[in-house]
Amino acid sequence: MRLGLIALLSHWRRNPWQLVTLVAGLALATALWSGVQAINAEARASYDRAADVVSGGDLAQIRRADGAPIRTAEYVALRRLGWQVSPVLEGDFTGPYGRVQLIGIEPMTLPQRDQADGALQSPLQPDGTEPQGNVVSVHPDDVRVFEGKDVTLRVQSERVSGRALADIAVVQDLLDRPDQISRLLVDPVQPIGRPDLPSDYRLTQSSGETDVARLTASFHLNLTAFGLLSFAVGIFIVYGAVGLAFEQRRSVFRTLRALGLPLRSLMVLLAIELGVFALAAGALGVVLGYVIAATLLPDVAATLRGLYGADVAGQLQVRPAWWLSGLAMALAGTAVAGTAALFKLARLPLLSFNHPRAMSMHAGAAARWLAMLAMGLFAAGAVFALVGQGLFAGFALLACLLIGAAFCLPALLSAALRVVQRWHSGPLAEWFWADSRQQLPGLSMALMALLLAMAANIGVSTMVSSFRLTFTGYLDQRLSSELYLTASSPQQAAEIATFLEEEDAAVLPIVWQDLRIGGLPAEIYGIRDHVTYHDNWPLLGALPEVWDRLAAGEGALINEQLARRNGLQPGDDLETGDRVLGVYSDYGNSAGQVVISLAAFQERYPDVRIQRFGVRTSEPEAIGAALRNRFDLEPDALINQADLKALSLAVFERTFAVTAALNLLTLSVAALALLIGLLTLANLRLPQLAPVWALGLTRRHLAVLELLRALCLAAVTGLLAVPLGLALAWVLLAIVNVEAFGWRLPMFLFPVDYLKLGGLTLVAAFIAAAWPALRLSRTPPDRLLRVFSNER
Amino acid sequence: MSVRLLIASVLAAVLSGGAAMAQSFAGLGSDAEGFAMPERGYVFDFPTDHGPHPDFRIEWWYLTANLTGEDGTAYGLQWTLFRSALAPEERAGWRSPQLWLGHAAITTPEAHYVAERRARGGIGQAGVIADPFEAWIDDWRMAGTDMKRMQLTATGPDFAYDMDLEATGPLIFHGEDGYSQKSSSGRASYYYSQPFFEISGTLTLPEGPVEVTGQAWLDREWASQPLGASQVSWDWFSMAFDSGDRLMGFTLRDSAGPDYTAATWIEPDGTTTAFPDGAFSAKPLTESQVAGREIPTRWRAFLPEKGVDVTVDAINPQAWMETSIPYWEGPVTLSGSHRGRGYLEMTGY
Repeated sequence: MRLGLIALLSHWRRNPWQLVTLVAGLALATALWSGVQAINAEARASYDRAADVVSGGDLAQIRRADGAPIRTAEYVALRRLGWQVSPVLEGDFTGPYGRVQLIGIEPMTLPQRDQADGALQSPLQPDGTEPQGNVVSVHPDDVRVFEGKDVTLRVQSERVSGRALADIAVVQDLLDRPDQISRLLVDPVQPIGRPDLPSDYRLTQSSGETDVARLTASFHLNLTAFGLLSFAVGIFIVYGAVGLAFEQRRSVFRTLRALGLPLRSLMVLLAIELGVFALAAGALGVVLGYVIAATLLPDVAATLRGLYGADVAGQLQVRPAWWLSGLAMALAGTAVAGTAALFKLARLPLLSFNHPRAMSMHAGAAARWLAMLAMGLFAAGAVFALVGQGLFAGFALLACLLIGAAFCLPALLSAALRVVQRWHSGPLAEWFWADSRQQLPGLSMALMALLLAMAANIGVSTMVSSFRLTFTGYLDQRLSSELYLTASSPQQAAEIATFLEEEDAAVLPIVWQDLRIGGLPAEIYGIRDHVTYHDNWPLLGALPEVWDRLAAGEGALINEQLARRNGLQPGDDLETGDRVLGVYSDYGNSAGQVVISLAAFQERYPDVRIQRFGVRTSEPEAIGAALRNRFDLEPDALINQADLKALSLAVFERTFAVTAALNLLTLSVAALALLIGLLTLANLRLPQLAPVWALGLTRRHLAVLELLRALCLAAVTGLLAVPLGLALAWVLLAIVNVEAFGWRLPMFLFPVDYLKLGGLTLVAAFIAAAWPALRLSRTPPDRLLRVFSNER
Repeated sequence: MSVRLLIASVLAAVLSGGAAMAQSFAGLGSDAEGFAMPERGYVFDFPTDHGPHPDFRIEWWYLTANLTGEDGTAYGLQWTLFRSALAPEERAGWRSPQLWLGHAAITTPEAHYVAERRARGGIGQAGVIADPFEAWIDDWRMAGTDMKRMQLTATGPDFAYDMDLEATGPLIFHGEDGYSQKSSSGRASYYYSQPFFEISGTLTLPEGPVEVTGQAWLDREWASQPLGASQVSWDWFSMAFDSGDRLMGFTLRDSAGPDYTAATWIEPDGTTTAFPDGAFSAKPLTESQVAGREIPTRWRAFLPEKGVDVTVDAINPQAWMETSIPYWEGPVTLSGSHRGRGYLEMTGY
């Protein structure tokens, strides 16, 4: 047994580079998987932190309708009406060494879900006495902000950096805002018979405009899809690497078995060996994954922050969830791959030879079997697409499609080669194609990995690019005003409007009210009839003369989400009593929206005063400066649309950076799989190449042919990957996204990108094939000769 | 157990120090540095003493009622306001060290409805004013020109009530003229009651409104450190017999020694007799599975000197108060030597 182990391991000592490929393959696959997992885990953990009281999470909120702070007496009055609300005061706190957002909460009334946080911030010590000094919970990074201040810090690494939490009494003092409350969190549990909210206040439903969690889910979905794909690619590469290790040691196994080592012992030895390799390579992969994640995370964090305002700490923490999943992935992949190899080993005749033709025939049967499996998967996918509902069905469809396509690949490639073979006559060409087909089984795993990697590339980049085009287009349409302004009071709003009209700028008021339609939160907006809307609004469907009818108060426009949710079409009646005049697309918003004319809105909601508006002007800079000079505006009251667009574009650039990096990595892993596959074949193929060499082909010529073959196979695989990638993108955009967010993204095609990717794939294939080809061209003639003398 | 949970549970325990009235771990047995202590011979001063005593650590206004619907169905009702102080003083605004907790419940033979409210003092969200009397937390109120005629309201997620109270007898004082000893080592509280309320009004239940009438019992108690550190739980009985006599009795169970009991016999005219440790006793007869624990919901209670040997039966054994600190509180029927109705509270299970 011990000798057997030494014999097995001696193979690695003699072929150290093979050990390197095996470990590198496993490690890279694990790295890709755990890297994506790490980013996902980190981002999610960050939301969980951010979604504490800080954002109110998914709680409804109350603010004053006029935007003024709420006074303590008002809060008490609402409580005494029965409203179960809890006050939050937030503001920027500037210390000698920096600034944090300081959030004050009231632990006694904080809704139960957040009690844990409340307890940390409670006015009590664990022993039930009052804490001495002002207690503030801070992230370790923010400790210096409070240096020299009369506060007691509770340093907690689970806090979000840049945000400190304290009791509302402490925050009122630190911010010098006595008696002020920014907003009230509404407890989900409310008593029966509670009176309506007084009209001075505005209730924002939880899944309204600020629902960060739901929006960021869109980005996570992309990352999760990537994780899924990299997992699939990873499984293939592990399979390839393990297969190589077995293939090359066939003779060693035979010798050991012939020397009397029982099959069972041999298999146990191999299983142990594989397990150790999987663990070692997996650990290495997790470390690599950490590096990948750490490199990409700042970009991901910036993306999420910019796109959705979600705060993701740019710092990576080692989380058991993802490194364990990385190791598990390495082990599971090795187990899957190893089982197949061990199974083959168990059936290995004691004194077998390489029978290329028999292998090929056997492989033909396997390919047919795989193709049948693929058909089954496609059928299942079709069932999911037709019958299934929800996100799960979308992902199941995705999985069926991808794995099915990968399983089809050997049969398709074989068919393609047969067709090409028929076109060519001449001994060399016929040998070349026949030999290619014969090699196919050995390479099919690697080619499947390549197919998936390319499809993932095409699919994900099509999705992200489509998302970008749509979203920036949407910003152009919806943010058509040059300036956006929020006045601090309705009086100021009126003064500003007068001023702007004198300056010859068009003022487009933005007023809205929350309501419920079909039991779900929605918003109703009033807009002034203006050419801006006629020109820019992205109407998906509308009755004729829609804008005139809207201006005349004959009905309403609704967003796509509401239309889909309630099955509404232009001409239908809404439960608000309005007729649907048209449907517009409204990306990134989960709530339903209704738009009516300003006049109709003011008649219906006389209490809602205008405080926000868009400004159309040819001189946004000058008008903006004039407004700032003349009126006492809050720092973020005036938004220049150009800045906003630049910001969104920058965000997309970062998304692309992340996507591109992940794409490149996936592709390199696939190339490595190809390299391993070719290396596996190189030794086995000597007996087949030797006769061709003996017939007069030079080694150089043979090497060129090998290279050409790899490129051909990669090219055919690449061609097949295009429709698969597009199908993947379509499923992501048209099914998964609709299920997840209720809106469908239009799909755009980017042929130039696909060409570039194709080129890149060929380069990868070339690099993967170059080394084996080079080795072939340098094979000493005597080795080729020996094939004949060894003829068994 | 995570530190968070630990802190949260301690917070909850302290907050509801009054609720359970008894668990030592809830702070009742902890040191009372700086707080005032009850003293023998204290002369109550009304209406001032109906109001809060912020220099004592804990205090409560605790009303329970046995009600009957027009169809004869028996109901129970609870309205409680607890005060728990972090420091022996009151400060205006958010810095107030006074914390308030409200519990309300309706018990029917089939269901038990509970609500809890929390507030801090200093801002007016909760409090008590002695004259004219008003005790409130959020939209819950117990108020009247004095304590003789009051309105009582509370709302929860699935119930509400709106009641009128009228006292038909005098206030009564437990122990030595309101100085109620809680352990053999001399720990004590100030404790008086109004056990003679007639009550009527409307319960709003998921099935709809129900008109009810009945009798209510108000307990007023304040202290700073009423229990010994090893006094772990408490069974409290209030009984209104058909004869017109009333009985209050409790057992404080001690993990380190014998139980401590006390009782007050109240005649229809308000004449009281206080009984020392050992005179009153109660033993559990049947336990019920309530909220994952074994809780005795059928008892036998004795006060031999008054010939009392009654069986105490919960109208609804599932009257579990799922609040910050959970306990059992519900209406009971009495049979045996005396017949009648009453309330039972059990903590520390």
